[in-house]
Amino acid sequence: MSELVVTPAEAAELKALHAAVFHKPWHQRLLAPVAVFATLAYVVFCGLFFDLPRVFAEAKWDRASVYIADWYSWEAQPRFRFKDNAVELEWTRSLLGENPSPDWIETTGPHNYTVTFGSAADQVEISPSNVIAVVAGQRYRIPISEAGAALPENAPANMSLKGGRVTVDYGFIGEAEIRNSQVFVRHRYLGWPNFFFDTGSPFFGMDTATLWQTISSGEQIDKRMPNWQLMLVEFLYNSEWQHLDVWQKLLQTIVMAFCGTLFAAVFVFPLIFIAARNITPNRAANWLTKRLFDLLRSIDMLIWALVFVRGFGPGPIPGIAAIFFTDTGTLGKTGTETLENIDDRQREGVKSVGAAPLEVQRYGVIPQILPIFLSQVLYFWESNTRSATIIGAVGAGGIGLKLIEAMRTNQDWENVAYMVLLILAVVFIFDNISNALRSRLIGRQS
Amino acid sequence: MTTLEQTGLSQAGQVVHKHYRSLLRTRRLYTLGSLGLLLAILVGALLFAEASNSGKFIERLPYFFDFFIHFRPDEPMEVVRAMFDLPSPYADGSFKYDYEVGRVYLFGEFYIPEYFYQLLVTINVAFLSTLIGVVVAFPLAFLAAANATRLAPLRFAVRRVLELFRAFPEIVIAGMLLAILSLGPIAAIAAIAIHTIGALGKMFYEVVENADTRPDEGLRAVGGNWFERVRFGYVPQVMPNFVSYFLLRTEINVRASTIIGAVGGGGIGEVFRLSIGRDHAAKTIAIIILLLVTIIAIDWLSGVLRQRLVGDAAFRFGA
Repeated sequence: MSELVVTPAEAAELKALHAAVFHKPWHQRLLAPVAVFATLAYVVFCGLFFDLPRVFAEAKWDRASVYIADWYSWEAQPRFRFKDNAVELEWTRSLLGENPSPDWIETTGPHNYTVTFGSAADQVEISPSNVIAVVAGQRYRIPISEAGAALPENAPANMSLKGGRVTVDYGFIGEAEIRNSQVFVRHRYLGWPNFFFDTGSPFFGMDTATLWQTISSGEQIDKRMPNWQLMLVEFLYNSEWQHLDVWQKLLQTIVMAFCGTLFAAVFVFPLIFIAARNITPNRAANWLTKRLFDLLRSIDMLIWALVFVRGFGPGPIPGIAAIFFTDTGTLGKTGTETLENIDDRQREGVKSVGAAPLEVQRYGVIPQILPIFLSQVLYFWESNTRSATIIGAVGAGGIGLKLIEAMRTNQDWENVAYMVLLILAVVFIFDNISNALRSRLIGRQS
Repeated sequence: MTTLEQTGLSQAGQVVHKHYRSLLRTRRLYTLGSLGLLLAILVGALLFAEASNSGKFIERLPYFFDFFIHFRPDEPMEVVRAMFDLPSPYADGSFKYDYEVGRVYLFGEFYIPEYFYQLLVTINVAFLSTLIGVVVAFPLAFLAAANATRLAPLRFAVRRVLELFRAFPEIVIAGMLLAILSLGPIAAIAAIAIHTIGALGKMFYEVVENADTRPDEGLRAVGGNWFERVRFGYVPQVMPNFVSYFLLRTEINVRASTIIGAVGGGGIGEVFRLSIGRDHAAKTIAIIILLLVTIIAIDWLSGVLRQRLVGDAAFRFGA
């Protein structure tokens, strides 16, 4: 390969020859730096406008890790209360069944407990008014007085004091909070043992083999129904995960998007023929229908949703109505544009053989527009499945409302994760169905 | 169209005709079958919706118009007063007529009326999140496009990430950040920005994949590296389309930010939900008018700019 070398002199000559390429007008050269500068200035303005520094300084980031950890794990929360020289063990939250006795709590005496966090080097020893935290093999006695707990001398980094409470953080596995009245322990387990059956269910804690045995040959647990039926009921009405309810709400969301889009499509299809100026040569009619579409489209889906929620009460009907009204506008607009861009020759051909006006539309126009229109409808159906989740949250029912309720309690982040997974699955499936149908309708797009 | 006459056909002609007829029959059967299925699903879906709604459709229909009676302001001027935070002659100390309370004073006696300020919040949320979306989606689009990135696993990974961002429910991101940041707009920005990265990333890489590869080939022939190829081979070609998608997205995000606002993200959405929930007629109407005007203005502006950038071929949804 021979090398091409341009000498500096030649380069200067080339630049002079093609000045237009190398010396763009000043406004073109300045465009990029000005755009970058304006963007940065705007971002700084927004930072001040939204008071970002203060918001981030006051953010409770420790909550984030707890919420995310809730997505895939749960906490057992025993409390060791100090009462007249005794320690009482109390379970505030547990999925360990009746009378839990996990192996990480060891009873070493009548009022002495040892809680282990992962290994023997990380423990908390609890006896009346005397708490010893073992961190990485090192023993620290936590001084407790009337005023509250205090940090021991040369406390390690994972020990912190806040409002008379000493927290010993052992990482993912949990933490112990020492107060002057009690020791509050959080112990994390990976996964959710009550996903299928809640702790009150007779099937709780059974493995697959035992479950199978119970269904096939076990003694009948409930006199009213066979075991398999009971199992189904126990699963669907799981008090913590509410499978049946979640699925119904998800179905409501799907129904909202499906009915809303379908009604809009059916309603708008004749209207676009009136709105298109090449089909209906009446300017007033064109203008009126187009402005109707614009109006419907410009009123936000939120407004429609809130108005209809007031009219029909919470549930999928206001959702359907809101999607119907917004989509009538949007589908009408895109449909009219498609219709105005059709090829006229096909219509002229049909007209030239003496077809009646309606037949001209049927054979000259519809074959051209129907695939594109249907593919637009499918596109909106797909995107409405997502919108339906959000407008659900403002009261239009469905999974959106359930999500926002679960998030408000700040306790049920695992349920939020479950619903998110279901929504992702539904969106993924609908994306694929809609893509497959669309590529069949309008041919594979590269 | 008139049916074909069977007379005068030869035997071969009759066979052709018979086959055509049977094909037509099968096709009609399929069409009718699909329509029937669709109708059955629709009826089932409607019955389900009716059963799970708290108010029944037919029962509630007459009350629907109550909305317009409920939300009729005392006099048309009240709407103007609510919009510009002017004192109301109907003031009775209740929230319904406390228009002046919402004034946001900038300096001295000069104030921005509450709803204009909230609208500014909403628009800024939309614009900033679109900007964040564009900045992140821009490099990702080139990594996801088959002609710009030859490494299939990388392409696959980037595309899946974009898909996840697109499908992840916005209210969950917003809700989670609300719990952490305890203030609306930031949560809304993050939620919308993440969705925008996914949505714009997909549109962008489709544009890149449809770009002409000859400039790229030329640059590769003279030994340009990946950045130079993208910068000089693709960016000049795709920029008009990118900007035009950015404008379209801004339009969509203004709507999204009102909705996210209503579920706690602040801005005009939240104020609107409160005023409609408390039956504040004049305030509600004022907000509806403001929203309507804003959305029409933004749609129009972005439409004009897009038309100038990419001409008539701009956007054909689904086509």
